[in-house]
Amino acid sequence: MQVNDNKEFQPLIVAFCCNWCSYAGADLSGTNRLNYPTNVKIIRVPCSCRVNPMFILRAFQKGADGVILCGCHPGDCHYTSGNYFTRRRMTLLFSMLDFLGIERDRTRVEWVSAAEGAKFAATMNEFTEAVKKLGPNRRLEDLRCRKQ
Amino acid sequence: MNNNLKEQVLRSSGVNVLKCMRCGKCSGTCPSYDEMEYHPHQFVYMVEKGDIETLMNSKSIYKCLTCFACVDRCPRNVEPAKVVEAVRLAAIRKQGNNHLIADSIPEMLDEDLPQQAIVTAFRKYTK
Amino acid sequence: MQRIGVFVCHCGTNIAATVDVKAVAEALSHESGVVISQEYQYMCSEAGQNLIKDSIKEYGLTGVVVCSCSPRMHENTFRKAAAAAGLNPYLVEIANIREQCSWIHKDIATATEKAIILGKAAIAKVHLNAPLTAGESPVAKRALVIGGGIAGIQTALDIAEAGFEVDIVEKEATIGGKMAQIDKTFPTLDCAACILTPKMVEASQNELITIHSYSEVSAVKGFVGNFTVTIKKKTRFVDETKCTGCGLCTEACPMKKVPNAFNLGLDNRSAIYIPFAQAVPKVATIDPNYCLKLKGGTVKEKVCGKCAAACTVGAINYHQQDEYIEQKYGAIIVATGFNPIKLDKYDEFAYNQCPDVVTSLELERLMNAAGPNGGTLLRPSDKTHPHKIVFVQCVGSRCDDSKGKPYCSKICCMYTAKHAMLIREKYPDTEVYVFYIDVRTPGKNFDEFYRRAVEQYNVHYIKGMVGKVTPKADGTIDVQASDLLSNEQLHIDADMVVLATAIEPDKTARPLATMLTTQMDTNDFFTEAHAKLRPVESATAGIFLSGACQGPKDIPETVAQASAAASKAIGLLVKNSITCNPCVAHSNELMCNGCSACEKVCPYGAITYQDKEFRMPDRTTAIRRVASVNPAVCQGCGACTVACPSGAMDLNGFSNSQIMAEVDAICK
Repeated sequence: MQVNDNKEFQPLIVAFCCNWCSYAGADLSGTNRLNYPTNVKIIRVPCSCRVNPMFILRAFQKGADGVILCGCHPGDCHYTSGNYFTRRRMTLLFSMLDFLGIERDRTRVEWVSAAEGAKFAATMNEFTEAVKKLGPNRRLEDLRCRKQ
Repeated sequence: MNNNLKEQVLRSSGVNVLKCMRCGKCSGTCPSYDEMEYHPHQFVYMVEKGDIETLMNSKSIYKCLTCFACVDRCPRNVEPAKVVEAVRLAAIRKQGNNHLIADSIPEMLDEDLPQQAIVTAFRKYTK
Repeated sequence: MQRIGVFVCHCGTNIAATVDVKAVAEALSHESGVVISQEYQYMCSEAGQNLIKDSIKEYGLTGVVVCSCSPRMHENTFRKAAAAAGLNPYLVEIANIREQCSWIHKDIATATEKAIILGKAAIAKVHLNAPLTAGESPVAKRALVIGGGIAGIQTALDIAEAGFEVDIVEKEATIGGKMAQIDKTFPTLDCAACILTPKMVEASQNELITIHSYSEVSAVKGFVGNFTVTIKKKTRFVDETKCTGCGLCTEACPMKKVPNAFNLGLDNRSAIYIPFAQAVPKVATIDPNYCLKLKGGTVKEKVCGKCAAACTVGAINYHQQDEYIEQKYGAIIVATGFNPIKLDKYDEFAYNQCPDVVTSLELERLMNAAGPNGGTLLRPSDKTHPHKIVFVQCVGSRCDDSKGKPYCSKICCMYTAKHAMLIREKYPDTEVYVFYIDVRTPGKNFDEFYRRAVEQYNVHYIKGMVGKVTPKADGTIDVQASDLLSNEQLHIDADMVVLATAIEPDKTARPLATMLTTQMDTNDFFTEAHAKLRPVESATAGIFLSGACQGPKDIPETVAQASAAASKAIGLLVKNSITCNPCVAHSNELMCNGCSACEKVCPYGAITYQDKEFRMPDRTTAIRRVASVNPAVCQGCGACTVACPSGAMDLNGFSNSQIMAEVDAICK
């Protein structure tokens, strides 16, 4: 959690992007100078199916306020079927997070192609706003991990 | 265009008219084709457009034999006969729109007509 | 102890305008393991790269982090620079502070803060980077083409032209496939046999091409560059090396009532047969289902042997057995082609009841000079000349899944126009009706061709579908259809009805796809690696797709794809060895419990299981089943790493601990 001078809550958002579509989409939004908040930090993975649900839980444990996972559109996966695995795994993870009482809007899966720079930026803006509304993640954050 | 009627016809028929690829096989196969003002493929298209009242006021809805040849042969499983049936139902549901009126039966009676046919016709064409 | 160098790029003002690069370099210099942190105008320039190289040597760096543009842009540049300075290229990490920071943010303070965090994440990751070496795997200089139709022949010829050995496996007794059965080709109307048979001969005479006709692929093992394939040569009861194809045996054979498969059962042949005059190889084959000696019931029949007596070279051997050959291949090209669908489901077209209702492929044979009627178009039922012919399009194509094939078979509109035109040309007294839903003629000179049928040859095109076909007692056929444009129902008394039958992939394709671990769609067409950019490769490395096995295609498209597949295969075969992507999965055998979860999610079939001996804590040895990844096949998607319940599976370059470290660094 970052708190800046005007005391507005600034969420920390971790975005996992697959190398072939979404990471390239993120690059494209940069090339087109489409702004989105600095809150979003991107981690590159080869495929969205590389993202272990553990990574997402770890991010929450370490104090992330929102996690978004971006992959190729269904049917477009560079590895042909990776994003289908992602979709199933995340459905399961999200229902578990639901069960734990974590707000549904803190996590999201979004399909962003390499051509959708505008969509990437729009998604990040929207997601950041949504997480901002939810306020800091208190349920899953492990306070022992918090930097003093 | 009457969206409520369209909605009603779509719901009671359970047909997705958007699946139609306009091949006309239903009309090609229909045995009552020449009796009908609007043909099976037109039923599907006009329901899609929401032009239901025209169909309800047409005699065509009573000319369909419900033989289901169109349902059987439609390449895309659109089931035109069910659309016709649904439009017919919509017409019957309107008060006073019975196609068969009890008083006019005696003059229509035919020696060869089995009693069961009259009962069936009553079930089908009246509320 | 790690010695990490951090290099922050200004990218002119691209980065430096919104990110305080000096502050970034300063902040990152305090991270653990960082021994040098520098910034420079253009890191990707010669001077910038030299700065990295010199620092690697000077400080003995064990890891490099470059804060610059996207790794998609210059990762390779910096890896090469590191390699030139003697550092393993996979010990370089990029923090993307241009596309994903300076270009999208405006506020210098927050952008700098984010750049520092991205730099820290890269440093945290590089701490855990392991030096990786790209493995190499040898390539067998031989290709296998499965299917000997025009696609397979073209692919084989092109590969042989490049100087590589090619084997063609064809399940029928001759190569040639469907094109050999076709009469004329659109849109030029040249004779199919005239352009195909020279290619068949060329293939058979090419020293580099081996044709295994009447054979099947029975097992495939191995991976790209290194396939081991078992080919089953079905017994034809004739010694291929001795048979001269003289045809004396076929004349001697007393069993002449065998439906001729080449003419689609429209006439008969003998039990020992050569499919057609220009067959390659021109070798006789005995059909054991009809041969009196091999199948015959009575004692008199069992002693037949007339073909053996007629054969002057002693080629016939009634005791021949199936033969299996094993061969190594570097590349496999699938060219299994298509078949028209069975029409049993479509009773309304009376195909099974009336011999004068034929499929388009049957019409090709009926019109062919080598066909059952010697090229005169006659009704199969009474051998009279038809005066009214109705063509029905989209039979079984564009249907709901329960009714037929959901796709457009693509070639029917064109061949129907061709048939209509040929019939009108040859028999001007014949009326031709074509019932269509849409006429689809994309292609060079295709629409012009269809318009010629309408305008020049006066073929009646009617928009509407045929609803019912009824054979009548007088021998004519009542065709009931709707004319959608004039909104009326038509009845046509036709003499013949031709059904433009949908095409489907060959039945052998699915078991083959299982053997090859390639993917198929729900219609059993092979799936290409990328619908737009890799249309002739399968997702499985080393397997290429040629012709209609990938989707409906006409001849020009098939040949184009066949040559494309050949060039892709040649690109693989010219290499002595292939460099493998080192960022592949690997399993920790000590942790693996052999559950097969990873194997099930692998889209490439890269994971196999081995029984290995392990030394247990109590000093006994135990044999356990553990996963092993073939690095030549693995593409590094990482699906298995998440599927693994014991955490044994990990991915080089994107390991669990590396990604966790990045998460931690960002969330700190």
